[in-house]
Amino acid sequence: MRALLALLMLMVSAVPLAAQEEQTAPYAYRQLDDPAKEEAAHDLMVALRCLQCQGQSIADSDAPIAGSMRSLVRERIAAGETPDQIRDWLMERYGDYVSYEPRITSLTWPLFALPLVLIALAVLLLRRRFARESKP
Amino acid sequence: MTAEFGLAALWLAAALAAFQLIAGSLALTERGAPLAGAVRPVAVVQGLLTLIAFVALILVFANTDLSVKLVAMNSHSMKPLIFKIAGAWGNHEGSMLLWVTVMSLAGGFVALVERRLPERTMLATLAGQAFVSLGFYAFLLISSNPFERLPVVPVEGNGLNPLLQDLGLAFHPPTLYLGYVGLSIAFSFAIGALITREVGPAFARAMRPWVLGAWIFLTLGITAGSYWAYYELGWGGWWFWDPVENASLMPWLAATALLHSASVLASRNALRAWTVMLGVVAFSMSMIGTFLVRSGILTSVHAFAVDPERGSFILGLLAIYIGGALVLFGLRAGTVTEGQRFAPVSRESALVVNNVALSAILGIVLFGTLYPLVTEAFDTKVSVGPPYFNPMGAIFFIPMLLVLAVGPLLRWRRDSLGRVRKILLIPAAVLAVAVVALLIFSDVKVLPFLGLALAPALAIASLVPLRGRNLRRTPLATWGMVVAHFGIAVALFGMASESAFSVERLVAMRAGDSTEIGPWKVRLEAVEPVAGPNWTALEARMVARYESGSGTTILPQARSFWSPPQQTTESALLTRWNGQLYAVLGGETPAASGPGRWQVRLWWKPFVSMIWYGGVLIALGGVLAVIGRTWSDVKRIVARDKIAYRRERQGR
Amino acid sequence: MTGEPESAANKPSRWMIWLPLALFLGFIALVMIGLYRPAPRDVASTLIGKPMPEFDLPPGLPGRPGLASADLKGGEPHLVNVFASWCLPCRVEAPQLERLAAMGVPVEGISVRDRTEDLKQFLARYGDPFQRIGADDDGQVQLALGSSGVPETYVIDGKGVIRYQHIGEIRAEQIPMILEKLEEARR
Repeated sequence: MRALLALLMLMVSAVPLAAQEEQTAPYAYRQLDDPAKEEAAHDLMVALRCLQCQGQSIADSDAPIAGSMRSLVRERIAAGETPDQIRDWLMERYGDYVSYEPRITSLTWPLFALPLVLIALAVLLLRRRFARESKP
Repeated sequence: MTAEFGLAALWLAAALAAFQLIAGSLALTERGAPLAGAVRPVAVVQGLLTLIAFVALILVFANTDLSVKLVAMNSHSMKPLIFKIAGAWGNHEGSMLLWVTVMSLAGGFVALVERRLPERTMLATLAGQAFVSLGFYAFLLISSNPFERLPVVPVEGNGLNPLLQDLGLAFHPPTLYLGYVGLSIAFSFAIGALITREVGPAFARAMRPWVLGAWIFLTLGITAGSYWAYYELGWGGWWFWDPVENASLMPWLAATALLHSASVLASRNALRAWTVMLGVVAFSMSMIGTFLVRSGILTSVHAFAVDPERGSFILGLLAIYIGGALVLFGLRAGTVTEGQRFAPVSRESALVVNNVALSAILGIVLFGTLYPLVTEAFDTKVSVGPPYFNPMGAIFFIPMLLVLAVGPLLRWRRDSLGRVRKILLIPAAVLAVAVVALLIFSDVKVLPFLGLALAPALAIASLVPLRGRNLRRTPLATWGMVVAHFGIAVALFGMASESAFSVERLVAMRAGDSTEIGPWKVRLEAVEPVAGPNWTALEARMVARYESGSGTTILPQARSFWSPPQQTTESALLTRWNGQLYAVLGGETPAASGPGRWQVRLWWKPFVSMIWYGGVLIALGGVLAVIGRTWSDVKRIVARDKIAYRRERQGR
Repeated sequence: MTGEPESAANKPSRWMIWLPLALFLGFIALVMIGLYRPAPRDVASTLIGKPMPEFDLPPGLPGRPGLASADLKGGEPHLVNVFASWCLPCRVEAPQLERLAAMGVPVEGISVRDRTEDLKQFLARYGDPFQRIGADDDGQVQLALGSSGVPETYVIDGKGVIRYQHIGEIRAEQIPMILEKLEEARR
């Protein structure tokens, strides 16, 4: 059993040895020492989209590129940049796709008008539903 | 043999569905009336045949019959039996068969027991159910045959995605499908009622238990899915607003709205057209969700194979069924009046607010999920994620919660807030105390703040409808409502607490190192290799100590599966009454920073388990309601039959 | 029941009845566009037409030059290939890069999240068309370029402006297209 186990471990480790993506970005898996800055970094990371895994934020992903992005966010926050500056820097390179928080643009305004439209629709639908209050 | 047997059963079932559709429709006419007697038995047999086909597929998977293409593609002989069986529905074809099986079993079940509706409406309903099933049979048999054989039998199968080799996930799809597809009953009821123009309290009462049944499974399925994502994905997130998650949430929102509007229709004969509409929408959302997931049109973590051909097929089905139902609605709704009116302060109004809010949240989730497609049509890629869904959903969710506290206390038709003001003093006081306490003692963001402030008040308010009642004589359905509403408060508290108070700790540890997280002290004892049936893993032995308590050993693993080759993280969870410690073993740190250190991720998440306890409570509320409603309906039917029998005996 | 008369006003009005169908048709139209004219899945860099971001990477192999953005402003167009030894498509792409290099195209490399040993083996096995190789160990230059994966190849003109981004491996039949992009960059 032992021998089999050792053999299996060898097999497993042999596969990645051939070519392993190595994460050396300093802050991929390390937090900032200042809790306030770490919180700011974390709040930004959950709102940034991983470029490879598509559909996960960089705060929820094991993909190495997500690690590089986390490190980028933490390093820049530590250097005193604001989350908005970092987001803008990334959007300058990857477009709106990289941010989970849509900006209001000529193309995305309907997203933000939707709640108002829904309320207006509800009012229209319900306008005549209620009985008059006058007669007790 | 088994595979061919299953395929034959499936073809036979499809033929019976065609017969059921024709017989059911003709039976509505005068000349076809003799066919009426055949419809119910055919529906039952059709259900049994699909069950046989499904069992055949499970057998093929359990025996790892590699001559069947689906088995070769998705299974492996060296897999635990339970995951071989679960593998039967862990792929596109198998899960479509599960879909069809649930659909026709549900139809058969309705045919067997439902006696509350006029027979004509029942015939139309069963014909409708057969019509919908037929499309999915066609999809299965023409483009997704699960029993297809391979010309050459491979030596070994491809294996199942390791993420799916997990007990929680093994039973997640069947639960969810019972919910999704169970809503087809509501859809067929709505069609039947529109065809025969019998939209009234009887229709609502008959439909309600079926919707409740599907809704219970949907609630449990979503709850289980969220918990699975939480412990399996290894980063402590429990809801991502991912398209696939949204696809399961949308039918739930519609079904929840439907349950509430059906109670208005059943009790007060109001909101008729609206309730029928929701019956159509609920199952439409199931179908739209299936389309979004399986066409691969949206990018998601839970990627299904992208396939435009399958996508086109399902889209065609959507166009026929949803489009057809909406056309029928348009033609008939003009003759369906909205029914009784009510005062702005009344039980009906509260339920209308609930319906508006749930529908609006549904609208936001649907629109937000689809919007990236809109911008892509203009060649721009946009992501819509939690920073959009959370606040936009809250716009409607928070008012709904406030009304939830008041609504169950109001009388039907007309009431005044003055009457209930006194009763609400306690929850209001609790709310005020919570707000003040939060303002003084902690610094949390807006949404968690609202959640934490509202949850305790809501929990108390949800119990108020029991005040002054004889608890033993309170109807089960009322208990159901109270438990479900209480569950909402519990889940809300869990969500808000997780978001406000979670502590994260990422550390690189050597064996023997200790670290602190929140009230916990965690020591890494060793990292050792272990082996499972079809994986090997590195397992960290850690001892966690809560404050000065005794140590508990936790064993997070980093697993490597070899067929297909993939790594997964198995987080270790330590649950206390006041939260969970969540531990993940990452990789070894790069050689440059010294040998033998391991990346360890730790979270302390106060009261996080409340999220799922809340979900279970909500489902439990549904169970109580369905038992209560069915019991009282059975009593009524028995009494009616007795009277009819006596009359007959007296020769009248 | 007190029975208010169910007047005509009690019926839902016509547009409300057909609104769900209209919304559904909108949905169908939308997903048909998505299904039959799918947008590319790749995330393209939005830096096309803009100058290469400033960077200065250490050498990927000892004894060879590293890569800095200043190296790309020599008046001649360059190919900058973002690659890694752990990436399978990069192996598929290697012969095409060799051919381009043999035609006299200056090919520069940025190796992402790689190890010297692995890189050495990779180049020994699949060929080494690179003039310079910068080691982007922490992936920060990759992010600065707006690259979302490997391999990706950028065409940089003589002034150091990004003219074209090729996502995925360069296939044999795409070599003329790459040459044309280089020619355009020369103008």
